[in-house]
Formats: sequence, C-alpha cells, structure tokens
Amino acid sequence: MQNSDFVRILKTIERTNKGKYPFKVDFLLIIALIVLLAISMLALFSATGENIDYINRHLAFIGAGFFLMLLISQISARTIELWAFYIFGLTTILLILVIIIGIDVKGAQRWLDLIIFRLQPSELLKVSLPLALAAYLGRRATPPIAKHVFWSISLISVPSFLIIFQPDLGTGILVFATGVTTLFLAGLRRRYIAGSLFIFLLTIPLMWIFMLRDYQKQRILTLLSPEDDILGSGWNIIQSKTAIGSGGLYGKGWLNGTQSQLDFLPESHTDFIIAVLAEEFGLIGVVFTLAAYAILLSRCFFISAHAKSQFGRLFAGSFAVMIFAHIFVNLGMVSGILPIVGAPLPLISFGGNSALTLFMGFGILTSISHEPRRIRS
Amino acid sequence: MQSNFSDPEIERKIYLKRITLSIIFIALLTLILVARYFDLQITNHEDFVTNSEKNRVHVRPLAPARGIIYDRNGEILAHNIPITNLSIVREHTDDLNALINKLRSLIEISDNEIDVFLDRLKRRKPYEPTPLKYDLTEKMQAILAVNEFDLDGIEISAKLKREYPEKELFAHVLGYVGRINESELENIDTPSYRGTDSIGKTGLEKFYESKLLGQVGSQNVETNARGRVMRTLGENQPTAGNDLMLTLDKEIQLTAFNEFQGRKGALVALDVKSGEILALMSSPSYDPNLFISGITQEKYSALLKSDDKPLFNRAVAGQYPPGSTIKPLFGLIALHTQHIFPNTVIKDPGYFLMEGIDRPWREPKKGGHGSSVDLNQAITESCDVFFYEIGARVGIDALSSMSQKFGLGGKTGLDLPGETNGIMPSRQWKIEKRGSAWFDGDTINMSIGQGFMLVTPIQLALMTGIIANKGRFMSPQLIKAVNSIPIKSQLLNTPFEIQDEHWKYIHNAMANVVHSSTGTAKLINKDLNYKIAGKTGTAQVISISAEEDYDKSKIDPSQWDHALFIAFAPLDDPEIAVALIVENGEFGSVTAAPIAKSVLDAYMKNRI
Repeated sequence: MQNSDFVRILKTIERTNKGKYPFKVDFLLIIALIVLLAISMLALFSATGENIDYINRHLAFIGAGFFLMLLISQISARTIELWAFYIFGLTTILLILVIIIGIDVKGAQRWLDLIIFRLQPSELLKVSLPLALAAYLGRRATPPIAKHVFWSISLISVPSFLIIFQPDLGTGILVFATGVTTLFLAGLRRRYIAGSLFIFLLTIPLMWIFMLRDYQKQRILTLLSPEDDILGSGWNIIQSKTAIGSGGLYGKGWLNGTQSQLDFLPESHTDFIIAVLAEEFGLIGVVFTLAAYAILLSRCFFISAHAKSQFGRLFAGSFAVMIFAHIFVNLGMVSGILPIVGAPLPLISFGGNSALTLFMGFGILTSISHEPRRIRS
Repeated sequence: MQSNFSDPEIERKIYLKRITLSIIFIALLTLILVARYFDLQITNHEDFVTNSEKNRVHVRPLAPARGIIYDRNGEILAHNIPITNLSIVREHTDDLNALINKLRSLIEISDNEIDVFLDRLKRRKPYEPTPLKYDLTEKMQAILAVNEFDLDGIEISAKLKREYPEKELFAHVLGYVGRINESELENIDTPSYRGTDSIGKTGLEKFYESKLLGQVGSQNVETNARGRVMRTLGENQPTAGNDLMLTLDKEIQLTAFNEFQGRKGALVALDVKSGEILALMSSPSYDPNLFISGITQEKYSALLKSDDKPLFNRAVAGQYPPGSTIKPLFGLIALHTQHIFPNTVIKDPGYFLMEGIDRPWREPKKGGHGSSVDLNQAITESCDVFFYEIGARVGIDALSSMSQKFGLGGKTGLDLPGETNGIMPSRQWKIEKRGSAWFDGDTINMSIGQGFMLVTPIQLALMTGIIANKGRFMSPQLIKAVNSIPIKSQLLNTPFEIQDEHWKYIHNAMANVVHSSTGTAKLINKDLNYKIAGKTGTAQVISISAEEDYDKSKIDPSQWDHALFIAFAPLDDPEIAVALIVENGEFGSVTAAPIAKSVLDAYMKNRI
C-alpha cells in the first residue's frame, strides 16, 4: 500500500467518525435481521426435535456473526474496497486448500477442518466474489468494455468451477450467478447479455453430458416425476411437499407439525427448514417470512441506491440479489419446482458458515451506508 | 476510445436502471413462489392432509433375493434361506429401554446384539424396522407371539439369509456377505440397499456385488395408530439378483480339499482349452457362514491371529519361489532362443562354477547326474546344474521377458479381489526395488526358481496351462454364466511363435517326470490309464549356505521347504492343468505330486 493511500484511509476514517454516529450501525437492517433470526429459532427448535443444543450452537454463531458485522461496519468502505482483492485471493486459496486437505464427506470435499468448526470456503466466496468484482468494475468505465468484461468473467469462473468440482453444483451455480449479477448491475451491454444467454443455452446439453454427476442428474429427473423413485431422492420431495401442503393457511401450530416432528423430513433443520415453517405456521407463516426478507432486501437496495461510490452500489446490489437467489432456489427446491441442489435459506437454516458469511456482508453494507461522498479529480 | 472513468452521474443512472430491472424480476419470482406455496397449501391442502394423516400409509422396501451361486454342474454353493428376525420400529414404542429389557427377560439377547442394534437405530429411516435379533428359534417365536400384546413396537418378520452349504470348501472363492459397515455405507447407493442389510465383503460376493444384489422393490402398507400393518395397498415386486454359474467343479474342489487334509497350501486347476478354473482352493480354510450375521470379536481375532492364516487366499495372493517347477518353461525358452539344442549335453559333476566366482552352486544329488546330461534328462531328473548352465547362456533379459508372456510377474486378471503380482525379476526391477545392479549370479539363482523370483499358485497354473496348450490360452475365469447367459472368454495372449517340436520336446520331458523310471514323480504312475506330464519342485524357505546340507531335524517345521507340483493331462491332447503348493511339505515328489494325481483322476474319471 502506498503511503498516500494510507494517509487517505486514515483521513477517511477520521472524517466518518466525526459524523452523527460515532459508532456505525444500521438500525433498520438490524431490526429485519432480528425478526428473521427469531423465525429461525422457532423453526430450528421444532425441526431438531426441541433440541436446545442446536439452538445454543446456532446462537453462538449468530453472536459471533453480529460481533463480526459490527466490527466490519467500523471499517470505511474505501478501506474495504482496497482490501477486496486480497480478501478474494485469500478465499480462493482456501478453495484450493479444500481440494488438497479438505474433509471428504459422502463423496464431496467441501470443508476445511479448523478443529472448533468446519470452514466451508465456498460460502465465503458468496461475499468475496461480488466484493472483488465491485472493486474491479467500480473503478472502470461504465458500461464495462470488452477487456474488463473478459477479466471479470475470468474472476467469476475460477472459484465457481473450483466449487462445482468439489462437487457442489448448487453453491457453484449460486456463486457464478452472484458474479454475473455484479456484471449486470455494472451496466453490461445488452449485446453481451444476449450473447452470453445464447452461449449458456448451448452449453446446457454439454453440461448434462460432461459435468453433471449421476446423482445430480438423478435429482433433476426426480423433479420431473418423484413417484418413480419414492425410496431414493423422490423421498425428500414427496415428504417436503406433504409437510408444506398439510400446513394449510394457518398451519398446525408450533411444535405440532407431524411430518417434521416424526422425522419424515430429511435435513429438516438445514436446507428443508422452510417445510417445517410452512407446516407449522401455514401460508401465513411463509408470507410473513417473505415479508421480513422483503424489508431486509429493501434496506439493502436503499443502501445501494444511495451509495456514494460505484463500488458501494455494485456490492450492495449484488449482495441483495445473491440473498434473493438463495431464497428463491431454496423455497423452489423444497416445494418441488427446482432440483434439490443444496442451498441454505439465508439466516434461517442451521449452519455457521452461511450465517457468518451473511453477517460479514451486512457489515460491509453498513459501512457502505455511512460512506462519505467521494470527490473525484 | 472510451475513457477509463465515466461521469459519476451517468454511472449512477445506469445502475439505477439495472437495479430497478432486477427488483422487478425479483418481485416476479417472489410471485411465483407465493403462487407455488398457495397451490400446495390452499388449493391442494386436503390431499396433503390425507397424505400426512399420521403418515399412515408407509412405503416399505422389499429386499430382493440375492443371486444364487452354482458350480459348473448346478450344485448350489451359495443361496438364501428364510429366517425369522425380531425388529423394532422405534416410532411405535414409547420407552425403548423398557421394551428391550422386557424382551431380554423373555429371550436371550446378547450385549453385542444390543450394541449393533443401537448403532443401526441411528441410521434408519423413520418407521423403518430395525433388526434386533436374527434367526429366531421356533421356541423364541412362540414366546414372543404369546407376549406380543405387551410388546408394542416389535415386529417379527421373515427375511432371507445367505448360506454357504459347502462351508469352508469354497470360502476363498465365494468370500462372504456381512453387515454393511460405516465406511461401506458412505460409498453405496443407499436407495438400492434399502431393506438389505448385507453386502459382499470379499471374494466373488464382493467382486460381483452389483450383479448379485438385485433390485429393491417397495410396498405401500397401511398401519394402524399402533403401527401394526393392517393391509398392503400396493406392491412393486423386487427383482432377484443375477444367478452366477461358476466354472468350478465341486467334485474336483472337494478332492483337492480332502487331499490337503488341512495342511497349508493352495491348488489351482484350469481347463486348458477354455481357461475356465475348475478348482481354486486355499488351505486351511474357514466357514464363511460365521460372518453372515456378524462374527463375534473373539472368533474373528482367532481367525486373524492364527499362524495358519485361514483367511488368506493363498491361491491368488500367496507368493512363493517356484523352485524346479520353473524348469520346463526355462528349458523351452532355452530351446526357442537356440542357446540349447535337443542334442546339447553337459557334464554334471554335482556343482556349477561360474567364471570369476569362487563359490560353486551345488546340486542336491551328490556327485551329479552324470557326464552327458541333456535337457530331457535335466527335466526328468530335475538336474540343477543343467539349468545353471541355461541361466548362464540365455541370460536374465530373455528369461524375464519370455516368462512374462507366460503370465509370470503380473496379475492373471482373475475376477477375484486381492490377487498379487508375484515377482518376475529383471535388471530394471532390481534397480528400482533393490537399488542395485543385476549380477550374473542372480540369474543362476533364478534359473532353478529361487532367488528373487516369486509366483502365485494361479500364475503357476496359468503357466502350466499355456505350456500344455502350446502358447495359446484363454483368460482364466471363474464365471461360466450369469443368469444362464454364457460368458465368453477372451484370448489371453497372441499365440507364441515357438516351433511345434520345441513344445513337443518339453511335453515329453514332462511326461518322463511321471512315466520314466528315473522321473522324480514316478511314484504316481501306478495304475494310470492316461498320461500325465508334470514337474516337481521344492522351494527353499530359508537359504542354506553351500557348505551346509538341508537337515530337516535342525530346522523349525515352519521353515521346512515348500513342496510344489505342476501337471497337465492327458499328454497328447491336454485338457486340464494343475498347479499346487504344500507349504513346508518338503518334497514335491512325495507330498505334492499325489495330490495332483488325485485331482487329475477326479477329472479324468468323469470324462471317460
């Protein structure tokens, strides 16, 4: 880092701290977060068979996440922008480490064993990739010229493919989509959009033949007719649809869901948690959850629209779209309109890696919302 | 040329346009989600409520019957017998511990059974019955039936259990099935194993697991509130696994097994024309039935720790020096490479001297085999000095590369797990594995089947078969047919370009081993109505220095020489090839050859 950069950072920190809030927080964001976490606790308690251990473990992650969020909020957006590439580089190295020394669970190598918990680097990419792209594109011409588009695509592809070959198709696609969103928000020209859509459609059959593993194909085929495979992967879809459908408008009441209580539901505390919510709190519960997400995302979009820098805008916007993509894929797969790919429901599913990553993102968002106007020479 | 920096206002405008588009898109997708959940929760609510009504309709897996294994004549070697098991459906019992205690007061259930049960309980699907006790006796069934009213959650059901009626006779070929363990569980396709709790652990049961398993079926059953099955609503029958017909002949296998009388060793018999394996046995053996519903720890470690290593498949994994049984092959190579001719004779003073080496290589026969020994006599009487001479003349390179064509030093490609390579040494091998150059003395040691060279009994049998069939051989195989569809065997090699007279020369020399009055295996030629070609072998387990003599009484029995014998018959048109080793059996002629004769007799008797 050059000396002049360093001085500028110091000055920026000084200036922001002189403002109205000596300690930077975003109250609306936090309120939306608390509502969602409350929903998460209710659902988790029920899904784990009233197991307080899970709640405690989850609370520990949330506590750490909150702390991390507040900590990151205090760093100026400018500093974060300068760090973006290092953060991206570090997370990508972690992805490579996973290939070398990762833990193998059921044929997929996704985790690093850090003794106190298992780190899933692919989750971190969901923040570090849009961060790096926002920093890269934020300082370049709008709309991005061909060369910059090329480099951005490279930046997106490397981690995405590392993840897909773990194999973790779901996370890989979500990371890829997040990167593409950043490009789109940066004003990617329409002809590029049309061109890449065309190429994408062409690659689908190739992906089916060369990239998808048998079990992944199985899941897609299962979606089309789950009844063909009631003992295998169709089991999950039939059970989760039954749980959701039997919930009705008002639900069966908290802790009264028969499907999830009787362990018919697989993974009920992680990827399938919305089925527990839908069974016990009904459509009203689902819509209420979606409304809480809507408030959270609105706040993100508001911050992005009012960001003072292109970096801030791009990151906040991409981060919000990334969260929505998770919501859509998760609710879609549990209700049987998308294949089961393993995408957690943000802030509600049990899982430390996902929670910590999201809180880091919200920390950056808070920092962006307090960013002072930049003067360009 | 575009500038690298654009107007912040334009930048912001473009962004706002794009983010608005994104928000519209998000709103649309949200509508789709809401519509989907509305469809499930409001429109189709009633259907799902019926479905979930205590989930009274269950899908139950129906385990397929595992494929049956026969010998070549249709004798059953592995099949399934019905047994009655006691299982517990966890969801239907309020107090599991109380139930288990009650059951233990009624019938005998060991701690081991409880541990296994608790372990399986953690991995079951909801409402899946978890087996607690296998193979209930009729008395136990009666006791449980009387008390059933008081035992909510138990289920008594008939299941199929694997059984090997021939017990230890085919253990090393068939292997056995056992309970699926933790690590296997992570690698199998779980749905295919629903309802099945065992998997092939070793042998053919493991190699052909996917063929033998069959396809799982399912059954929709309606249960009452207590969980008892009231009626079956629909069934999707399981498909039984494929039946395997082996190339093995039970009678030949049994003959070999009885002849061994529990001594350590192995025997392989091949059909020369088809490459089919007629017998493959390793002795001592074990009863595979012990493993099926879980062997106790003590019994297992007894098998593991036994000095006789009964679990070890010597026929494909045991590696031994071939001893003199290698002589026909090396003689053939010497003829083919024209280092030795049918009329070549050498003087055998009882020892062999090599230029530059002081120490002589000695011969077991004091004083040697005479002053004009030819190849025929050298094979018939097993003269070492002649073969030292062959080693010196032919050299390691030709011996090594030609021997490899006869299947030595590599896997025969058999469909059994655990086959080892043996060692067919070469200059390169010694540099890689021993880190030193090949010496001419190494070749001399090897020329009588000692030194670095190691073979497995199956390799030895294959070599014998290739010699018998004059170079043309089919890949050895154990499976004759799958579900009555014959398996085509493949040609193992391209036939060698070795002159017919050389083959004939070696065949005759091997026949003299048995039928000549000076042959080392003349003991077995009594009452033979067909002609056997053979070769005896004695392999040193420990090296005895040239000055010392082999004195049995001074050596621990576990280090006595191994006895070997290879043979094929009938001489004129060979049909069967046999190779065997009796560990610490000392002399091939006395210990090993009679076993081969019995096996050949068993084959020839049925043929004529």
